[in-house]
Amino acid sequence: MIKTDAVIVGAGPTGLFCAHQLGIIGLKCEIVDNLDKIGGQCIELYPDKPIYDIPAVPECTGEELTNNLIEQIKSFKFNFHLNDRVQELKNENDKWIVKTSNGKEFETPNVIIAGGVGSFEPRKFPTKSAEKYDGKSVLYSIRDKSIFKDKSVVIFGGGDSALDWAIELSKTSKITLVHRRDEFRGAPASVQKVKELSESKVINLMTRYSIKDVKGNGSLESVEVKSETGESKVINADYVLGFFGLIMQLGPIAEWGLNLDKKTIPVNTENFETNKKGIFAIGDICTYPGKLKLILSGFHEGALAARGCFKYARPNEKYRFEFTTSSSTIKDRLGVKEND
Amino acid sequence: MAKIKYIEFNGKEHEADVANGLSVMEGAIQNDIPGIDGDCGGGMSCATCHVYINDDEWYKKLPEKEMGEDDMLDQAYEPKSNSRLSCQLIVSDDLDGLKVHMPEKQA
Repeated sequence: MIKTDAVIVGAGPTGLFCAHQLGIIGLKCEIVDNLDKIGGQCIELYPDKPIYDIPAVPECTGEELTNNLIEQIKSFKFNFHLNDRVQELKNENDKWIVKTSNGKEFETPNVIIAGGVGSFEPRKFPTKSAEKYDGKSVLYSIRDKSIFKDKSVVIFGGGDSALDWAIELSKTSKITLVHRRDEFRGAPASVQKVKELSESKVINLMTRYSIKDVKGNGSLESVEVKSETGESKVINADYVLGFFGLIMQLGPIAEWGLNLDKKTIPVNTENFETNKKGIFAIGDICTYPGKLKLILSGFHEGALAARGCFKYARPNEKYRFEFTTSSSTIKDRLGVKEND
Repeated sequence: MAKIKYIEFNGKEHEADVANGLSVMEGAIQNDIPGIDGDCGGGMSCATCHVYINDDEWYKKLPEKEMGEDDMLDQAYEPKSNSRLSCQLIVSDDLDGLKVHMPEKQA
């Protein structure tokens, strides 16, 4: 059990800057994110796209913004728990017990939800029959490619993941690549390579088809695909792989007894607390009259939520407002030297 | 202004007057019409405002897809050749009477 002043759910820009604000006022926090890297949507959706509306930064990319935010909180040495998802929240004696899907546990008076539009999850096949084999022979990511050796593998998708794995696995497996249209959105070189492998009959390429059904008797045996005109075909398969990108899902957050408005969490605008004491929501996931889904709004919300955490984390102390320009306490926390 | 008809997967119809300049997605959100999420706010980066244009005449009449829309549609739930992202359909008087069908779900 890790005891801390606050757990931040989500390591996007809003969560990162909120951590900074907690650090500035002398609180500790632990940051959990479902992705394998820090940065949230900035790093997952648009690492290379320029952003033009960060105050005093005329232009930066999602990746640059993330790197700067990480740099800004480095001195606090907060722990990141990546590839992990907050699963359960329970209230015990006025403290929140936070459990993650990897089995970590935190005890904290404050939980700050900075979850964007939810956690990123792979988009799955729409067919019900695929659920039975989910994680066994129907897969959405690859951990160990050796399991596919000498097997029949049917890959669905038209992006880089689908193309790259089709090329790689075709060296040792019998590959069918299925995509809903003739154009691919992957890198041109990979598209070219797949077309070559298709011409030399190394890869069985099927375009304008989508999944209809998966069949098997205990273990997976085949996958049925359909064209839009209704024609269907059956392909023998030991494994089926789907690469349809990531979708954002609210996930377990919906189960925590918070008021929800569609996929967002209503908060007050004084400290961004939700209907539950000690649970705050900031950034894209929160809503209030006039809410703007901008990174700069998330920064403001995080600054106020951090102050809101103070009274629960230090009930016997009075919060004192200080500027970073003048406070020696803050400079100590930031690890900067006073030069006067 | 255009009257847009939004038809849910179960057949339930909703009609809304949508002001020129808004997207068909925004028209649904502002009128609390279920079946269109629009998670990314219209930035063509999520595929949760996916609709079908079942009427072929209408499909041809709509402005062509810009680069990136089909890539995003690859990631939609059950995309077809008459799929569009409703955030990319900007309302004008010309769209009066448009019917869009929603997929079974968005994510």
